[in-house]
Amino acid sequence: MQTSEEFELSRRGVLAGGAASVATVTLVPIGTAAAAAPAAKSPPTAKVAFEVNGKKRELELDTRTSLLDALREHLHLTGTKKGCDHGQCGACTVIVDGRRINSCLTLAVMHEGDKITTIEGLGTPDKMHAMQDAFVTHDGYQCGYCTPGQICSAVAVLDEIKAGIPSHVTADLGAAPAVTKVELRERMSGNICRCGAYSNIIDAITDVAGVKA
Amino acid sequence: MKSFTYERVDSAAAATAAFARMPGARFIAGGTNLLDLMKLEIETPQHLIDVSRLALDKIEATAEGGLRIGAMVRNTDLASDARVRRDYGLLTRALVAGASGQLRNKATTAGNLLQRTRCPYFYDTNQPCNKRKPGSGCAAIGGFNRLHAVVGASDACIATHPSDMAVAMRALDAAIETVDAAGKARAIPIAEFYRAPGKTPHLETVLAPGELITAVTLPKPVGGTHIYHKVRDRASYAFALIAVGVIVQRDGTGRVALGGVGYKPWRVEAAEAALPRGAKGVADGLLAGAKTTHENAYKLPLVERTLAGVLAQAKG
Repeated sequence: MQTSEEFELSRRGVLAGGAASVATVTLVPIGTAAAAAPAAKSPPTAKVAFEVNGKKRELELDTRTSLLDALREHLHLTGTKKGCDHGQCGACTVIVDGRRINSCLTLAVMHEGDKITTIEGLGTPDKMHAMQDAFVTHDGYQCGYCTPGQICSAVAVLDEIKAGIPSHVTADLGAAPAVTKVELRERMSGNICRCGAYSNIIDAITDVAGVKA
Repeated sequence: MKSFTYERVDSAAAATAAFARMPGARFIAGGTNLLDLMKLEIETPQHLIDVSRLALDKIEATAEGGLRIGAMVRNTDLASDARVRRDYGLLTRALVAGASGQLRNKATTAGNLLQRTRCPYFYDTNQPCNKRKPGSGCAAIGGFNRLHAVVGASDACIATHPSDMAVAMRALDAAIETVDAAGKARAIPIAEFYRAPGKTPHLETVLAPGELITAVTLPKPVGGTHIYHKVRDRASYAFALIAVGVIVQRDGTGRVALGGVGYKPWRVEAAEAALPRGAKGVADGLLAGAKTTHENAYKLPLVERTLAGVLAQAKG
């Protein structure tokens, strides 16, 4: 664990350093341009305050910033991944006020006061969430890129079944949906895994749900 | 994405007033379609009016025995509502046949009705598209058009409407309640909501600029067996090739609406008289005047056969 922690920190350090140097490079010409030609306007910004993994965060962002980019680029929570950036792959799935959403298809400034949970908020390498643990046990990934989204989605899926939310494969709309492989496959269809770890992912979720595979 | 200014409003009146101040603004709620299109610069609003927190997120019983569904009710919540599941099963079935769990958690009732076509040429800004850029032409005509419309299309546009929910709403005779900048409210039957493409495919609904959807109402339940059958390339999370929504009564009468065949959810009430005699007559009536390409001609027999299967299923 020590090794992976160090790697994590140094990788973030590089990313943060990279972001800072990019900021320096861009800020200078903008400052110069603003002095020389006031017509060059910087894009509109807006303030937003929300809670991420239990911690209050306040940001002033270009209004175009997606929740995904706010998490990754501004808060340096790089566990949430950018895959397609168009809501087709599910790699960016996070849980907002208890519901899973595609963080790439929502503006950060629209989340005033919301409670956001990312993969970093579910568990840590030393104290994994049951779903993270099950993904390791069942080998529910290969390259790992889609995994944070898969895990956030899976955690929310079990809550959705518990809450009685029907799916396309729920036979009886009057009855509570059950945790079956067919239900899980349907409900996880918004999370694509290019390595094809699907069957192991379903085994991991089934394990956490406590039903016999 | 083009830059834009942003404001959040807390009432429908504030939303329409904001639009009056900033013509060319767009309302945003779930944002799952609008932001996608903004990233591709197919939509380039200079101002966004965030209506997602309006108190239009309730599903209430109406005096007529139906339901009034607030414009901001999320697709997941609408599909899960006990009254909808019991009395309007077609609506739940259509909703859960669309998109993914993540998207349904965000997408709203009004936004679902207003989502734009998934025609690949509409999305590809290097291609001509009369819907995206009026007068530029239609690359789908003569192009890859396996997914395109077979009824109601024009020489300017053969795009389909992608919504599953709207197909159920059409079969259920829903009405769309709106309010305009002057505070004037109206209810538009869903049958009159979508505009035929004609020469102006960029105009998709009868809504006036700045007119805001506040609710969708359903008349009192009609009973019957509700089935929504969506035929698609993947078993989940794909748009329809065609979809058939039916409500069939014990005597064999009923209603049929189709998805994936035209610019709007497709229903021809006159064709439904043939329902007790099976699928063929109904399909012929629904698809009368169909104009197909060699790539999408399969939709005609697919509609008839899917309807036949669905009617057999309804008999139990």
